[in-house]
Amino acid sequence: MRSGGSSSRGDHLSAPALEVRGLEYTYPDGTQVLRGTDFHIHPGERVALLGPNGAGKTTLVLHLNGILTPDAGDVTVAGLAVQPRTVKEIRRRVGIVFQDPDDQLFMTTVRQDVAFGPANYGVTGEELDRRVLDALTDVGMAGVVDRPPHHLSLGERRRVAVATVLAMNPEILVLDEPSSNMDPASRRELADVLTGLEITLLMITHDLPYALELCPRAMIMNHGRIVADGPTAALLGDRELMAANRLELPLGFDPSLARPERLPAPALTRPAQLPDPRGRPFSSK
Amino acid sequence: MSAGHAHALYVHGDSRVHALPAHVKLVALLIVIVAVVATPRERVGVFAAHAVVIIAAAACAHLSPRFIGGRLLIGAPFLAFAFLLPFVGGGDRVVVGALSLSVGGLWGAWSVLVKGTLALAASVVVTATTPVPALLAGLSRLRVPVVITEIAGFMVRYLEVIAGEMHRAKVAMAARGYQPRWAWQGTALATSAGALFIRSHERGERVYDAMLSRGYQGRLPQLDATAATPADWVRALALPLCAAAAAALAVII
Repeated sequence: MRSGGSSSRGDHLSAPALEVRGLEYTYPDGTQVLRGTDFHIHPGERVALLGPNGAGKTTLVLHLNGILTPDAGDVTVAGLAVQPRTVKEIRRRVGIVFQDPDDQLFMTTVRQDVAFGPANYGVTGEELDRRVLDALTDVGMAGVVDRPPHHLSLGERRRVAVATVLAMNPEILVLDEPSSNMDPASRRELADVLTGLEITLLMITHDLPYALELCPRAMIMNHGRIVADGPTAALLGDRELMAANRLELPLGFDPSLARPERLPAPALTRPAQLPDPRGRPFSSK
Repeated sequence: MSAGHAHALYVHGDSRVHALPAHVKLVALLIVIVAVVATPRERVGVFAAHAVVIIAAAACAHLSPRFIGGRLLIGAPFLAFAFLLPFVGGGDRVVVGALSLSVGGLWGAWSVLVKGTLALAASVVVTATTPVPALLAGLSRLRVPVVITEIAGFMVRYLEVIAGEMHRAKVAMAARGYQPRWAWQGTALATSAGALFIRSHERGERVYDAMLSRGYQGRLPQLDATAATPADWVRALALPLCAAAAAALAVII
């Protein structure tokens, strides 16, 4: 398993994996989406980004690797500021898994798709083959390496999409709605894959139980700002905060009951977690 | 999401023809097509020889005549045009029953029919034995401009996605009671084509963002390389060179 932290570079040891300061962005049609977004994530953390539709979450993601350029504020990834001249290295450091795997998997075979990223950074030959197989093995999809991506199921395509960015050895993995439209088994399989990776992770999701299961820390975004930041169980348990930000738990889901067995320990110190058959985050009344 | 299976053109198999590298097969195909097209239309015997060459290749690839016949139907619309030629052609005319046909037109129709069918049959043998990704890799190995193979690759990749979107749009219209007779489907198709175009365009933008996010800087990396041995070339070119020799003889003699 590869190391996701920046421990290999001593000068970045104390730098946050991701730091966002005062980010503001207005779309060309005049809609202001980001209004001073501030947060930072330390190496090895797994953080959920929650918020209603239109809160600016996906727009924020496009700033993290310089696809969009902010009107004000800045983004720093493991000590390197996002600027036109650093953007290539930034895009290697920030691995974004987009919401629709059909957008992410655009080559004619899985192998080509996973090789696309590292090949753009000059990796070739045996090293490239090794990267492709390692990344696919990490997500349990080494068996489909020569299949065309559009012949895979949605769950399989999501995992391959994760592999396409893992192959670039990113500092931080950013996932946009990873559990949307997936059946419960595929959703759990993806959770197993993600908890097994020792990597800093930022996950946008509307799936609050999923956020609780995977991320010890959560942030709530609304109207282009981070309005709350804390332990996931505490945020989900705060009814007023939740209601004020159009967030709703599934019927019967009680985050405090889910807590003792399912709340993950801090990342990097715990072994790869297997699903606990006794884990029942839903109350049994 | 529609997860269609196997590329529409490819037939799975493990024949010697399947095993040949794609670019070798493409060169062989090109030779056969040039030979067929270059053969003067009056040399009926030479076309028979070409047909034997193609049938031999199909037999090596374990493709049934029935399968090839089915695939040849795709040429039917073009051949329909050929059948007009005897009626509209000028020059000497010959009377067959109640019809007065142009001699030049008849030869023209024969030429289109035989050359089109033979070239198509040869292409069917190659496309049925080569997966599409390998075909594209073969093309770029033959120095076809990268832009063209990339566009073809994206087309192959997204054809099913877009066909799936179109199918869902049709189902959604049917679910709201829209039951057009066959001839009127065009109206619905035209309306949804606009929406489909916008959606495909937006998808294109998202795909481009995804490419940028993985370090794309305007040039796709070259990933595939299957080398061909001299034996591969001999095996693949034996039959096409027979066809070429037959065509050359027909032109010279």
